[in-house]
Amino acid sequence: MPRILTGNRLETGDVLWWNGSDWSRHIRDAVAIGEEGEALVAELVAAERINDPVLIEVEAVADGWLPKTTRERVRAIGPSVRPDFALPSLTVDVI
Amino acid sequence: MYRYDQYDQAIVDARVAEFKEQVGRRMRNEITEDQFKPLRLMNGLYLQLHAYMLRVAIPYGTLSGTQMRMLAHIARKYDRDYGHFTTRQNIQYNWIKLEQFADLLDDLSKVEMHAFQTSGNCIRNISSDQFAGAAADELADPRPYAELLRQWSTLHPEFSFLPRKFKIAVIASDTDRAAIQLHDIGLQLIKNEAGDLGFRVYVGGGMGRTPVIGSIVREFIPVGQFLSYSEAILRVYNRYGRRDNIYKARIKILVNELGIAEFTRQVEAEWALLEPLGLDAPQAEYARIIAQFPEPAYDLAAPDTLDLSDPDFAVWVKQNVHAHKQPGYAIATISLKPKGGIPGDASSAQMDLIADLAEKYAQDEIRVTHSQNLVLAHVRKADLYALWSALAEADLATPNLDLVSDIIACPGMDYCTLANARSIPIAQKIAAKFEDLETQRDIGELKIKVSGCINGCGHHHAGHIGILGVDKKGEESYQLLLGGSGAEDTSLAKILGPGFDENGIVDAVDKLVAFYRTVRTGPSERFLDTYRRLGAAPFKEAVYA
Repeated sequence: MPRILTGNRLETGDVLWWNGSDWSRHIRDAVAIGEEGEALVAELVAAERINDPVLIEVEAVADGWLPKTTRERVRAIGPSVRPDFALPSLTVDVI
Repeated sequence: MYRYDQYDQAIVDARVAEFKEQVGRRMRNEITEDQFKPLRLMNGLYLQLHAYMLRVAIPYGTLSGTQMRMLAHIARKYDRDYGHFTTRQNIQYNWIKLEQFADLLDDLSKVEMHAFQTSGNCIRNISSDQFAGAAADELADPRPYAELLRQWSTLHPEFSFLPRKFKIAVIASDTDRAAIQLHDIGLQLIKNEAGDLGFRVYVGGGMGRTPVIGSIVREFIPVGQFLSYSEAILRVYNRYGRRDNIYKARIKILVNELGIAEFTRQVEAEWALLEPLGLDAPQAEYARIIAQFPEPAYDLAAPDTLDLSDPDFAVWVKQNVHAHKQPGYAIATISLKPKGGIPGDASSAQMDLIADLAEKYAQDEIRVTHSQNLVLAHVRKADLYALWSALAEADLATPNLDLVSDIIACPGMDYCTLANARSIPIAQKIAAKFEDLETQRDIGELKIKVSGCINGCGHHHAGHIGILGVDKKGEESYQLLLGGSGAEDTSLAKILGPGFDENGIVDAVDKLVAFYRTVRTGPSERFLDTYRRLGAAPFKEAVYA
């Protein structure tokens, strides 16, 4: 199963996704991470600017990724009970 | 209401300045996240699924219109225009930014509010009866004693690093609206045979992973000595509570391991050493604080009758209004469980409106309940119709207090990093299933409580019907529990059988309610009474057969 890299921005707490060169707010911008993932996480932990960096498992779907766990789907979209806040990559009905 | 003196304000100002500096150091990378995390948690700031979450303390659930208006301002300026009132009588904001946090704390401190001791292994915000000072059956207003506890416990140097968090609740009537037997310390104001005021002291209650009903550690401690007695309990706990295992660190585990007799012996021995040291507040301090909770300036000519010719108003009065000790007055509960709503959520506009209405009709006081509703405790009966009309326009007059749609739900996995499953959608689906208010009233009192994880912020163990969200191989699953109560007849709900998925748990509740309606002895027998009369077996058969 593909893996992508996520974390929360220190200054805002925003959920972020690694797009290969920078962070995006949108999971659809994420890139699959290979064996270099663990080293990347270690660098991020040491840099102390992204909180809780972690690699998560996802399924490739049209126009992006669908996280394997409900928890990560909620992180990617927003609270299922507030569709008005949903980020545009996915819709709350996939939670 | 209690107003800060110079010492209270100086403490808050100093703490805010200290934490602002700590935030600045973290932002400049001068301290690591591992170093910063315990500091921010001690100031009520969590990192949740989507953003930082801030929990603001509302001491014993009481706040003024000015304070409520500030909570609305915080929601509007720093969050997404709403807040979430919690089962600890506090408020949480879900979308806080660390980079704006210093300004937020400054704003809060302007109205004598803060966020410390809403997290961490310390004595948490003191909780109490939302009808305090208004209930006909209370001996005295319990809040001055809760305020003394607040002052005693605020930044208490000996108790800032306890084995685990510590929760205290205070009531003053035989009707328990604060679930005192499910707190680390529960205090009930009583009179002894000589007519002196004192407290019955419960210890070691709690929900969460290991639910326990508190035991009586002392039948009567005079009010003048309850602080030193509390200190003795905390000392025994701080000395012997386990620090090697987070799941066994609460005082309930210590009480269970020692047995209540030995625990009591140790507390009494500690208190014998402490009491002569003069730790209790002097009588003048009691008097100073009690004087800040005066009886409202009642209108003695207020009519004691109500015009109930508007049927919608009459329904609201019947369900959401309680008797007040003063003729001509009533206690009104504002439901934060509207149709399709999120339990406990209020928009900034609703908070502003409630602040206005409290000032206009309710002696400028608002109470937060552990059931995630709000209370205006001193309303002239003559003003109730105008109050109800204004509330109804803002979707705040749902007449469902203690009914099947008045559901407690923690934020669950829609927001919380600890959660294993979502809580709010379950509450919404159950409420939708019983949407018809007439049906709800026919079912009668039925307290459903939903938690998204074993920590039990949704009080599922105290639910007549409790629902616990668990993780089942990455999928949400829900356990069904029956028979809990957080009232004076405290009991712990027990698991009924195998778990369900999201739709299955809603159907199971539907079956339970349908079965109850066929076997109850009459409309006055509550769901809980029927369960206690018949036991679990027929309910289990109704759900799983």
